Amino acid sequence: MTKTGRLGLGITLLWFSLLVLIPLSAVLVTASEGGWSNFWRVVTTEQTAHAIQLTVTAALVVTVINIFAGTVIAWVLVRDQFPGKALLELIIDIPFALPTIVAGLVLLSLYGNDSPLGLHLANTSGAVYLAFLFVTLPFVVRMVQPVLQELDRDVEEAAASLGASRLLTFRRIILPSLAPAIAAGAALSFARAVGEYGSLVLLSGNLPFESEVASVRILSAIENDNPAGAAAIATLLLVISLAVIIALDVIQRRVARRG
Amino acid sequence: MSDQVYVRKSRRGLYIGIAVLGAALIAGFAFFTRGGQADPAHSINIVGFAVPEAANKALATQFNQSEFNTTGADVAFKTSYGASGDQSRAVENGLKADYVHFSVGTDVDRLVAAGLVDPTWDDGANKGVVSSSIVVLGVRDGNPKNIRSWDDLTKPGIKIVTANPASSGAARWNALAAWGHVTENGGSEADATQFVDALFKNVVSLTNSGRDATTSFLDGNGDVLLAYENEAILAAQNGHGFEYVIPETTLKIENAGALLTKHTKVAESWLAFVLSDAGQTQFALKGFRPIRDDVDFGGVVDGAPDPTHPFPAVKHLLTLDDFGGWDGVKDKLFGDGKDGAPVGIVTSSIEKSGKATQ
Repeated sequence: MTKTGRLGLGITLLWFSLLVLIPLSAVLVTASEGGWSNFWRVVTTEQTAHAIQLTVTAALVVTVINIFAGTVIAWVLVRDQFPGKALLELIIDIPFALPTIVAGLVLLSLYGNDSPLGLHLANTSGAVYLAFLFVTLPFVVRMVQPVLQELDRDVEEAAASLGASRLLTFRRIILPSLAPAIAAGAALSFARAVGEYGSLVLLSGNLPFESEVASVRILSAIENDNPAGAAAIATLLLVISLAVIIALDVIQRRVARRG
Repeated sequence: MSDQVYVRKSRRGLYIGIAVLGAALIAGFAFFTRGGQADPAHSINIVGFAVPEAANKALATQFNQSEFNTTGADVAFKTSYGASGDQSRAVENGLKADYVHFSVGTDVDRLVAAGLVDPTWDDGANKGVVSSSIVVLGVRDGNPKNIRSWDDLTKPGIKIVTANPASSGAARWNALAAWGHVTENGGSEADATQFVDALFKNVVSLTNSGRDATTSFLDGNGDVLLAYENEAILAAQNGHGFEYVIPETTLKIENAGALLTKHTKVAESWLAFVLSDAGQTQFALKGFRPIRDDVDFGGVVDGAPDPTHPFPAVKHLLTLDDFGGWDGVKDKLFGDGKDGAPVGIVTSSIEKSGKATQ
C-alpha cells in the first residue's frame, strides 16, 4: 500500500469510527447492560413486538414499491422528453430535503380528517406506509438515474438487431447493469424508513397495535429512564437492517451475474 | 521534470491541503465553542420545556427593567426549549443551565440524583412550583358533542386526542386528572382503572407532545383534546384558539423550576423575580394561573374565553399532593415494566386500547 493509500485509509477509519462505529458500539453496550433476558423481554413485549413488526413490514413493502416506482421514474427522467421535465427533476429531492416534521404537517393537512383530497389516513397504519413512501421516494431514483444515463444505447440496439425482444433486452442487458444501483437505493430506502419518526408522528396517531412504530417505543423507553430498553429495540432494528442490506446485496449480485 | 517528481509534488500538495483543512476545522471548533460567551455575571442559561417559552421571554424583558436586576446592565438570556424529559436528560448530560423549568418535578429530581440540583430545591414556600395551570377539555366550536365532564369522554363514539403519557412526561398530567376524577370523588382504584381503560379506548391519536396534540386537533382530528388551560389561551392569543370546557373536577398542573447548584449570581435574582407578583403577572398574561391566589395581574387576560374573568374557579381542584406527589403515582400509573416490574395502570390501559380495536 502506498503512503497516500495508508493516509487515506487512516482518515477513512478515523472518520468512520467517530461518526459510526463508536456510537453504534455505545448502543450495543447499553443494550447489553440489562443482559440477554432483559433484551428478550423488551423486544417480545406485545406492544413493542407489534411496533417493530409494523415498522419492518412497512419498510419492506415501501422498499419493494420504491424498487419498481423509483426505476420507472428514473427511466422516464433519462429516456423521455416532456415539458416540465426539468421541474420534476428539481422537485424529486424535496421529500428528502424537507424537515421531517414539516413533511408530517403537510401529510396531516393533505390526508388527515380535513383532507381536501377525500383521503382519510389519519390514525391508521396506512399513515405509516404513506410517510415512508414520501420520505424514501428519491433514493432509488437518484441511484439509478446516473447509471442509466451512462448506459451505452449501442448495446441495446445491437441486441435488438440480433432479434432480442425489448423484454429480453431489458432483462439481460439493462437490468444487470442497473441492479447494483437499484440495490443501493433500496438499502438506503429501507434504512431510512426503519428509523423514520418525524414525518409520520402527526398523521399516524401512534396508536398501539395499529400505527405505533418502533421509534415511538424507543422514545417511551427513554422517557421512562430505561436506556437499556431503548437500546435493545434499536439493536434489533440494526440487526434486521443489516440482514436486509446483506440480502439486497446477494440478490443484486445474482441479477448482475445473469447479464 | 520527470513524472516521479511531479507525482511527489502533487502528493505534497495533498498533504498540505489536508493539514490546512484540519487546522481550519480545529480553529472553527475553537471559535464556535468560545464565541458568544457573554460576561458570565450578566447571563442566565435557561433550559425549559416548550410550553412556557413565550411567558419566559416576556418575563426576561420585564426582569431587565425591574429592580430585581441589580447588575446595572441588561442580563443576557440564553435559552433552550424542548420536551420536558429530553431537556432534563440534556442537562443531566452536560447542557449548561443556571435555571431549569420543567413540566413535572420528576424531571428536576433526575438532576438532584445527578448531583446537579440541591435536594432542598422544593422546600421553599412555593414547593418548587414556578408556574401553574389546569387540565381542560378542548372541544370543537359550539361543543357539538356536548362535552361537559370527564364521564362524557368515555361515551361511545367520542374521539379523543391527547399527548402520549408513555412517551411524554408532560402528558401525564392529563392521565392523572382522569384517574383522580374517579379516585378523588369516592371511586375505588378498580373503578378508576376501568375509567382510564374506557377513556383510552376512545383515544384516536396519541401524539408525542402537547403541541403535536394541539396541531393534530386543529387539523381536524378528534372531538376532544386533553389540553392545558394556558396552552388554549396562548393558542387563542396566536389566532389558533379552540373552545374548552373546565370539568367540575380537574387537576392543578404545577410546573417545577429550580436553580442548579452551580449558577450565576444573577440567576438567584431571576428566580426571586419569577416567584414575585410581577413575575407571576407575566405568566398570567400568557395564560398561566398565578401560583398564589392573591397575585394582582390586572384581571384581564387576552385569549381567555372571558378575558375579564380568565381563570374561573374550579369546583374540585385536585393537586399532586392528593396523590402523594409523583413518587406516589409514577410507577403505579406510568411504569413501563422496566427490569420486569409490573407495568403501570395507564401504560396497560394504552396497551389494552390497541388490542381492543384489533
